[in-house]
Amino acid sequence: MTQPASAARKDAPTSAATPDTGRKGTRRPALVRWDVRSLSLLGVLVALVVVGGVTQPDSFLATSNLQLVLTQASVIGVVTVGMTFVITSGGIDLSVGAIVALASVWATTVATQEFGFAGILFTAVLVGVGCGLVNGLLIAYGGMVPFIATLAMLASARGLALQITDGRTQMVTVTEVLDLGVKDAYVLGVPPLVLVFAAVTVVGWLLLNRTTFGRRTVAVGGNAEAARLAGIDVRRQRLYLYLLSGLCCGIAAFLLIVLAGSGQNTNGNLYELDAIAAAIIGGTLLSGGRGTIVGSVLGVLIFTTITNIFALNNLETAVQQIAKGAIIVAAVLVQRRTLRGGDA
Amino acid sequence: MSRTSPSRRGLLFGSAAVSAGALLTACTSNEPKQQAQPAGGTPAAADKPGQAVTIGFAGPQADHGWLNAINQNAKSRAATYPDVTLEITEGSNDTAAQIGQVQTLINKKVDVLVILPADGKALTQVGLQAMRAGIPVVNLDRVFASPQAYRCWIGGDNYGMGLNAGTYIGEQLKDKPNAKVVELAGLDNLELTRQRSQGFDDALKNYPNITKVARQAADFTVESGQAKMAQLLQAQPAFDALWKIDDDQGDGAVRAIAQAGRDDFLMVGGAGAKSAMDAIKAGTGVLKATVLYPPTMAASAIDLARALGQGKGVGGLAELEIPSSLTLYSAVVTKENVDDYLPTGFN
Repeated sequence: MTQPASAARKDAPTSAATPDTGRKGTRRPALVRWDVRSLSLLGVLVALVVVGGVTQPDSFLATSNLQLVLTQASVIGVVTVGMTFVITSGGIDLSVGAIVALASVWATTVATQEFGFAGILFTAVLVGVGCGLVNGLLIAYGGMVPFIATLAMLASARGLALQITDGRTQMVTVTEVLDLGVKDAYVLGVPPLVLVFAAVTVVGWLLLNRTTFGRRTVAVGGNAEAARLAGIDVRRQRLYLYLLSGLCCGIAAFLLIVLAGSGQNTNGNLYELDAIAAAIIGGTLLSGGRGTIVGSVLGVLIFTTITNIFALNNLETAVQQIAKGAIIVAAVLVQRRTLRGGDA
Repeated sequence: MSRTSPSRRGLLFGSAAVSAGALLTACTSNEPKQQAQPAGGTPAAADKPGQAVTIGFAGPQADHGWLNAINQNAKSRAATYPDVTLEITEGSNDTAAQIGQVQTLINKKVDVLVILPADGKALTQVGLQAMRAGIPVVNLDRVFASPQAYRCWIGGDNYGMGLNAGTYIGEQLKDKPNAKVVELAGLDNLELTRQRSQGFDDALKNYPNITKVARQAADFTVESGQAKMAQLLQAQPAFDALWKIDDDQGDGAVRAIAQAGRDDFLMVGGAGAKSAMDAIKAGTGVLKATVLYPPTMAASAIDLARALGQGKGVGGLAELEIPSSLTLYSAVVTKENVDDYLPTGFN
């Protein structure tokens, strides 16, 4: 019993080169696998940039387009960072889109807007954390399967969002919030939304790779029973993880409010799938035990860049969807191939 | 699909019926609280209270502004008639659930049914059932697959929306050489999106100096409107006019335009949200006009249902019976006439 426990723990975030040897506890230089994975993703991203640059040299390679892509990536990016933690721990959070919707709606009601910028921000974050808390309690202490618990949250949160809005779009009238999205608010050319995204990414990376919290997350995902025997409070860890995901959703909801200038119950539609897909493409293991923030962020950037290139080239929706599917498959295949090459 | 053809013929009827009266289009004022009574519209068909009619109303889940306005219009219109009782079911987007709701209304033996199906084709059978049970059905907007399934169809004109938007833009830009136009469309999965785009393209063909340089499809949400519009603005550093097919997602587009700091074109909206009409009235932004897809059709459907229940025709027409199909006109709302339409704007 103690053998797998220690293996899982050591295996954790910083170790192990390959899926095979990693499980057996062979230690390799910390960042090897990460680099190979992330580099292959970076390669895909670079390839996309080349495609974009060749097809639309003027509009794609402009600074304004870089700002645009990063801004569009920031909302789903923040959600994906939270999702990465949950998946790394062997869980899943299907409710992220619904939480974003609920938080964005709750934070933009007439009553909330009376409290101005701080009221909106505070409400969005609080609603996110609150939903995360419910998720966490149900899963960690209620013994519910994450899939079901968060599916229930998805339904309820969307329902509540619909009830609050009554199907209407709630326009934001607080100018301080709207002003965050315009060019004047850019800090040295960087949109504030992108700064938030960057900050969340850095904090997420540190948390996952440089703290006990991160190691515990990986340990729980690798083998929960072993983690428990090794003295980790698995339940509390799970609670914290869904709280974290909820927090990220709250932050993302605020970013979305700035971006769309409104709260709507249709917000965050299918974010759960986008976030899960980005994390998995990035190299986080769906079964848990391995997670990479860098990979997830690259995954998000790849998605956003694809959408951007399609739009700039004025492709039809049907073509966009077909190509998007193909590119996802290609990205994963390239990654696997690179990995195998790296191992051999 | 062939059921869209009544639109052509219906255009005549539609415009006739509409112009024949504030009668049919008498409007409800959708103030924020939504509880206001219709603002002084003349009640339709027959003016005097007649025999009591129970109308069953089944619609989809009101998950966005326009559908919400549909429900409100139906409710407040029914409330103006002392002789009308409205049995309204909980909205549902689930076909099976909606079929169940309509069947419940049939079993309750309501006098007339008004059905806005979540999916027209899928609800055809239950429409047939009602008609066979002797309950006339007023089919609202999304058409059944068979004309046997309804006594009267009333709805908007998606093709006409595009046509009128295109014509308006064409008239504004007709003296401008090499004018460029951009379209922010809705969900491409929906036939209505294709019809709107088709009408728009057909209208632009009348103006050889105008080219549609870009078209992107959002999905009727504010969020997607913002995202797609931001990309369009990046892709097209200069263009002259923009048609945003839907006012809901248009709110997002307006944000994207503000965020990009662009104001070098004219914009035309679609559907007729109050926020859009307010912006047109203010006249300070890029939004200069919007083409209607009037939610007042639900109020008119109640009028028709009442007339059916009482065996009357429509006022203002020579016919003894109400028409079997009514396509509403997609009026272009501009600064000049916005005051007339403002009370019909929805939130």
